[in-house]
Amino acid sequence: MGDWLPLLVILVSALAGLAIFTLRQQQHGLRIGLNLGAAVLKLSLVGVLLAGVYQGKEYSFSLPLMEGAELLLRPDPLALLFLTLSALLWLVTTIYAIGYLEGSPHRSRFFGFFSLCVSATAGIAMAGNLLTFLIFFELLTLTTWPLVIHRGTRKALHGGAIYLAYTLCGGALLFIGTVWLYTLVGPVVFTAGGALPEGHGLSEHTLRWIAFLLLAGVGVKAALVPLHGWLPTAMVAPAPVSALLHAVAVVKAGAFGVVRILYDVLGIALAQALGVTTVLAVLAALTILWGSLRALAQDDIKRRLAFSTISQVSYITLGAAMVGPIALVGGLVHLVHQGLMKITLFFCAGNLAETLGVHKVSELNGAGKRMPLTMLAFTLGALGMIGLPPLAGFISKWYLGIGALEAGQWWWIGVLVLSSALNAAYFLPAIYRAWFRPPPETWPEERSLSARHETSLMLLLPTLFVAGASLITGLFAASPNSPLAWAELIVRREYFP
Amino acid sequence: MNMALWFTLVGAALAAIALHAFFSRRHPLRRLIALNIMGSGIFLVLIGLARLYPGTLPDPVPHAMVLTGIVVAVSATAFGLVLLRRLARLGRGET
Amino acid sequence: MNPADLLVWLVLLPVLLAALLFVAPEGWRTRLGQLGTLLCASLALLLAWQVLQHGPISVALGNWQPPLGIRLHADGLSALMLALTALVALPLAAHAPAWFVRHEAAQSRAGAFFWPLWMFQWAALNLLFLAGDLFNAYVGLELSGLAAVALVALGGQRAALEAALRYLLLALFGSMLYLLGVALLYGAGGVLDLTLLGAQLEADHASRAALLLITLGLLIKTALLPFHFWLPAAHANAPAPVSAILSGLVVKASFVLLLRIWFEIFHPIGLGGAGEVLGALGIAAIIWGSLQAMRQERIKLLVAWSTVAQLGYLFLIFALAVELAWAGSVLHALSHGLAKAALFLAAGNIVLALGHDQIHRLHGAAGKLPLTFFTVALAGVSLMGLPPSGGFAAKWLMLQAAIDLGRWPYVVAIIGGSLLAAGYLFPLLRHALAGTHDPRQREGERLLSRWLEFPPLLLATLALLLGLMALLPMSLLSGGMPVSLR
Repeated sequence: MGDWLPLLVILVSALAGLAIFTLRQQQHGLRIGLNLGAAVLKLSLVGVLLAGVYQGKEYSFSLPLMEGAELLLRPDPLALLFLTLSALLWLVTTIYAIGYLEGSPHRSRFFGFFSLCVSATAGIAMAGNLLTFLIFFELLTLTTWPLVIHRGTRKALHGGAIYLAYTLCGGALLFIGTVWLYTLVGPVVFTAGGALPEGHGLSEHTLRWIAFLLLAGVGVKAALVPLHGWLPTAMVAPAPVSALLHAVAVVKAGAFGVVRILYDVLGIALAQALGVTTVLAVLAALTILWGSLRALAQDDIKRRLAFSTISQVSYITLGAAMVGPIALVGGLVHLVHQGLMKITLFFCAGNLAETLGVHKVSELNGAGKRMPLTMLAFTLGALGMIGLPPLAGFISKWYLGIGALEAGQWWWIGVLVLSSALNAAYFLPAIYRAWFRPPPETWPEERSLSARHETSLMLLLPTLFVAGASLITGLFAASPNSPLAWAELIVRREYFP
Repeated sequence: MNMALWFTLVGAALAAIALHAFFSRRHPLRRLIALNIMGSGIFLVLIGLARLYPGTLPDPVPHAMVLTGIVVAVSATAFGLVLLRRLARLGRGET
Repeated sequence: MNPADLLVWLVLLPVLLAALLFVAPEGWRTRLGQLGTLLCASLALLLAWQVLQHGPISVALGNWQPPLGIRLHADGLSALMLALTALVALPLAAHAPAWFVRHEAAQSRAGAFFWPLWMFQWAALNLLFLAGDLFNAYVGLELSGLAAVALVALGGQRAALEAALRYLLLALFGSMLYLLGVALLYGAGGVLDLTLLGAQLEADHASRAALLLITLGLLIKTALLPFHFWLPAAHANAPAPVSAILSGLVVKASFVLLLRIWFEIFHPIGLGGAGEVLGALGIAAIIWGSLQAMRQERIKLLVAWSTVAQLGYLFLIFALAVELAWAGSVLHALSHGLAKAALFLAAGNIVLALGHDQIHRLHGAAGKLPLTFFTVALAGVSLMGLPPSGGFAAKWLMLQAAIDLGRWPYVVAIIGGSLLAAGYLFPLLRHALAGTHDPRQREGERLLSRWLEFPPLLLATLALLLGLMALLPMSLLSGGMPVSLR
């Protein structure tokens, strides 16, 4: 058994989710109370964990499932990076979603799955062995699917079917890889430097196959080209879900899985010797460029953001696959930075759609005059994505670039520069339209959500909060409490001591 | 050839004929009869096996098996007939 | 009570109850049936506990020792199957009366006969799980088959009667083959006791022919492809509680007998080639059953075809004859028993509440029946083998066995089966989730009573929990692994 705290972190949102299922549509206050109460409680529990882990305390909870296979929760610093991000953004997204879904049907179902989905994410973060990771990885698929099809339209159902097809197949590959490894070497407990025991005697051929299965499995969720097809179609989900899928839960779970498998299962030295990292880095670079190129061609704001996500998440994979401490710091910190920036952008897209009925970049003309705060947040997020100093995205790219030099792989800098140029090419026109073009006579579908503010405060405040957070993480990256400092701590303590 | 072997062979032949009927007939009643004949064949085989070794006392176990088998076969047949009759009535009711 | 007496009572008590229920006034049957269920289930769980604590229990009836006497034997496998039956029976005892009451507004008085027939079935199942010799098993098979047919016929409509008749003919045919096989074995060796047979069997033509006949007979009853054709109609047209019993329990009984016969008696004569055939048929069943399930338009037919597919998994053990696969196979039987019973009860609820069971007409039915569809989803998770369900644990074990043996086609089949199951279960959920709320129904209005909704939910939850507590059944099994497994 062991410490109950990690389990409690998962249970808080899981139980809240199950309780929310039983609520009726009109039990509005109770639902909000449960949602926010659980989110705040979870965040505080994560805070306790964070403080403990920072001081070097080790938490561990285990439950034997079968012979030689146990459920193990063991939050290490890397886990906390992802866990804190998801717990914080869950709270923010919940507030946003309450505002966003006001008056829409099936809210209990929505918030129930929403909470379960965050539980699954927490489980992925804290998984201490491959089996536990697999369990929560599959649970994440199950709990996000109802959110993707939430609107129930033909398009939503189609998007949901594609999402399932990709993620279930990915899960199946991960399942085979996991069982294979367990069969050959016994329990695969995440260990910095690799989980394979000394003298495991596995042939390179077998190891390559296993690495392929595991990485392809998580690669689907990380939207690594050519496994990215589900992401743009899953865009049909309501904005808070897209924010969650793209910024927090799903794609990050994939990227996080890549890091875990490279550094804690195979061990980075072995991964490099097998050539796995090279292949991954090349795929990540391709994904970065491909996603950006496709984003250029999208007029629909959310689709443009989706392709941008495909591109940006692969920064994490690239940072992990370059094999060097600085690049890894860049990759890990991007996990947080990209999350904050992307969630800002999705919130803004949601605000525009809800308030003005604006869904397309070409409809953004003059949006800055009508919704200045939203567009300010959008601009901050977009400039951060491009990598403008001193915003968060710049920090990530800077570390990735220096890391590439340190690892002697300068050519990745070319990819970064090219990608930044492409980022600028698809974000700047939107910003330009919003601020410098005159607004149209009428907006596509304007609704007055607030008498005094540009839109409902439930939508506006979370947006401004995450935009501010992405600004601050960049500005104060050098502070000892920044995500960057934490990423450095992970790398120093665990992977490149 | 002793009596027991004769029984066994006749039983096997009966079972084989019934097997053919079971698969070649469509009507449930015919198939039910085929099953009954097959059952009789198998019971004959069992009876034959009980006395396969001449001179010894007949083995009571196969006899017990046959008795049980007959009880089962009779009740199953009766049940099958009831079902058939209900189906036939339903069929008449519809037309 | 002496543990040995438990075995006897487990067979006797349901028979006595069945007889009593036949003659009891109709008004008393439900209460009496529920009370009886409670008693029988407690006995079964008590026995499982005893076996867990003290190992296998054997009893020779009337102190007549084999080969002449009748021996009942409870090992880990029997204990698990008895416990499964009890765990399905308990929620069923709450659900079935409520279901029949609602159902009978339009239908005949099927509910009155449900209890005695089900008790009969239960006795037969217990006898099968405890039988220590082949002839006793035969009696169990026949009783179980007859009771099952009668239960199907409770459906009353033409389709149900036709399915019942076909089921009867095939079940009879299957038992004839089995009986002939047993006769051949007896003729060769003069014993019927499983243990004695295992010790003295010789690899001659007679035993091979006997094995072939017995296996064929049991395959027909277990509905392994290509002998599955009777199953979808019979399971789909029976009343919902009956479908749950048939799909969850009855088909497992003949499978367990087959397991015993193959691994406890016939292992000396080398089963390699034949085992491969059964394994291959298992794979074929997984694929074909799933594809058919995807094509179905009625929920209950979908669920029934899913049983055909899921039964295929059970047969992989014959090709992957190692302890891990044995454990996986039994665990699969358990989790499928619970999940499928839950799914059939839930399907029955859907039919009751909506008045139809057309999948494409479900438009947003999840809004009307949230609990029932939640049950469908939970049971579905176990059937798809997704974590953390019992189905996942079973597949984990089977995959380990297949990988360990280097049998990659089996790896692909086990995983592919999960994906195929997703292919027929998710569309069902999608139809139920999509679409808007029916404005005519008031929020929070219950279309179904608690007695209808909670028992299947409990079953589905148990199927899920099995994945988290798989060690318990495993420790029961580990004592009684057949020596023939590597």
